[in-house]
Amino acid sequence: MVENRPVRDFLAHAVLIAGVILVAFPLWVTFVASTLTFEQIVAVPMPLWPGDHFLDNYRQVLTAGSEKGSSAPVSTMLVNSLIMALSIAIGKITISILSAFAIVYFRFPGRSFFFWSVFVTLMLPVEVRIIPTFKVAADLGILDSHVGLAMPLIASATATFLFRQFFMTIPDELAEAARMDGAGPIRFFIDVVLPLSKTHMAALFVILFIYGWNQYLWPLLITTSESMYTVVIGIKRMIAGGDASNEWHLIMATAMLALLPPALVVILMQKWFVKGLVETEK
Amino acid sequence: MEKRVIFRSAWLPYVLLLPQITITVMFFFWPAAQAVYYSFQLQDAFGMSSQFVWFENYLTLFRDSHYLSSFRVTAFFSVLVATSGILISLVLATMADSVVRGALAYKTFLIWPYAVAPAVAGVLWAFIFAPSIGIVTYFLKKFGIDWNWIINSEQAMLLVVVASVWKQISYNFLFFLAGLQSIPKSLLEAAAIDGAGPFRRFWTIVFPLLSPTTFFLLVMNIIYSFFDTFGVIDATTEGGPGDATKILVYKVYYDGVKAADLGGSSAQSVILMAIVITLTVIQFRYIERRVQY
Repeated sequence: MVENRPVRDFLAHAVLIAGVILVAFPLWVTFVASTLTFEQIVAVPMPLWPGDHFLDNYRQVLTAGSEKGSSAPVSTMLVNSLIMALSIAIGKITISILSAFAIVYFRFPGRSFFFWSVFVTLMLPVEVRIIPTFKVAADLGILDSHVGLAMPLIASATATFLFRQFFMTIPDELAEAARMDGAGPIRFFIDVVLPLSKTHMAALFVILFIYGWNQYLWPLLITTSESMYTVVIGIKRMIAGGDASNEWHLIMATAMLALLPPALVVILMQKWFVKGLVETEK
Repeated sequence: MEKRVIFRSAWLPYVLLLPQITITVMFFFWPAAQAVYYSFQLQDAFGMSSQFVWFENYLTLFRDSHYLSSFRVTAFFSVLVATSGILISLVLATMADSVVRGALAYKTFLIWPYAVAPAVAGVLWAFIFAPSIGIVTYFLKKFGIDWNWIINSEQAMLLVVVASVWKQISYNFLFFLAGLQSIPKSLLEAAAIDGAGPFRRFWTIVFPLLSPTTFFLLVMNIIYSFFDTFGVIDATTEGGPGDATKILVYKVYYDGVKAADLGGSSAQSVILMAIVITLTVIQFRYIERRVQY
């Protein structure tokens, strides 16, 4: 800023580098472990430099799962996670943008009632209604299915709010002009509102994709067959053994595969990610 | 705030709202109401019959030392997670805001843990700290520290706190950074010209101006440590050893799913709901206040 300050600059960089190392250390150890053999890992201390079993381990988990425990291939789990994350992200965005459009651009009986009932869902996370929600899913016959994984999670108060806030900033002149030209609400929605909402949709998509990919409690409850596991659940099922009997080289390869897709989304779409995070939470 | 220009249709708005409302009613309101209903019921051991028992389940809970200890564990856990996460992130954000070179690189390398699922974060740290093969355990042993979180309560708590904080640093960091960048540089320059050193500037200008962000993060971190850390705990300690890391959410899950105590678990759910509602109201009160700024 104003004063010349080599010492403070040095200190700042030192603290930041320490922070980056601290944050990256678990990732490094995980990566290294995923390239070693089981024997190398349990020979304490494990090496901190990658070994040469990278391809073997990843091929093993992707095609055949773990050796001793569950034999479900991780590639199936990755597909399940992808389906779940995409349906949650797209589903949430779709139903929220529709309801926000209804709430902002129409006057109808019960409008504020509906608005508030969506708002209240913020106060009911899955964790506080575990068993009844499970019963609803069981009654609908959607346990152990992709529909069951995604559908109960696609109502979204935050996305509805975000779109509502944004629609309020769209100039009234646009809607006036559209009406003058004889466009009905659906035409207006498709030709004006949707294109204008693109950046908000992109930002929300990043946040919701990560949210969907990382779901834990709900898939844990409703998936029983291995072919429906998401990758996060797959890892949990692999660590059932004890400390030294776990196949850590395979678990760590699976962990890398579980964290890589969302991490890449965050890093590659950093701009959207930051925008989505800061705006949805406000 | 209302739109001046609107469209007219007797049915379209309801059709647009239908999917959201259907899902909300089916998977939010109905289950929540069921939870309240079950919490007043006592089921026999086989789930064949149930009777209405008013507040019996709640009274049993508050007489149950396990439940009370779960409250203490949750309070301790969330205070540790929230304060240490906020402190570490504040230091990192302040430093990242002050450097010119490499700011973007630091940011990229600090925000990626946001993408890691809590359960995976738990597995990563559990591996590093694994009692017999963990790499950190090995170094701790060299310093004469006997590390075994599977049997030691304090170490188990420390493990879940570290994993939870590690995952949450990126979130706090981004909000602090955004907060710091919105502080007008002219204020800091004026203070510097008046002779205020870096620490003085931080305490008298930066910290007060950041207080809305800090408060927001405090609430968000408490919500995070109450609910989202379920994955961390289930993938590592599973509430143990004993009840040492059995936070409220984990106990609801454990009693309801593993021990099949429907009434007791539902009563716990209802108490948790009350806690979330309180936290959400606090959060929104605060946002309303900030709008007036």
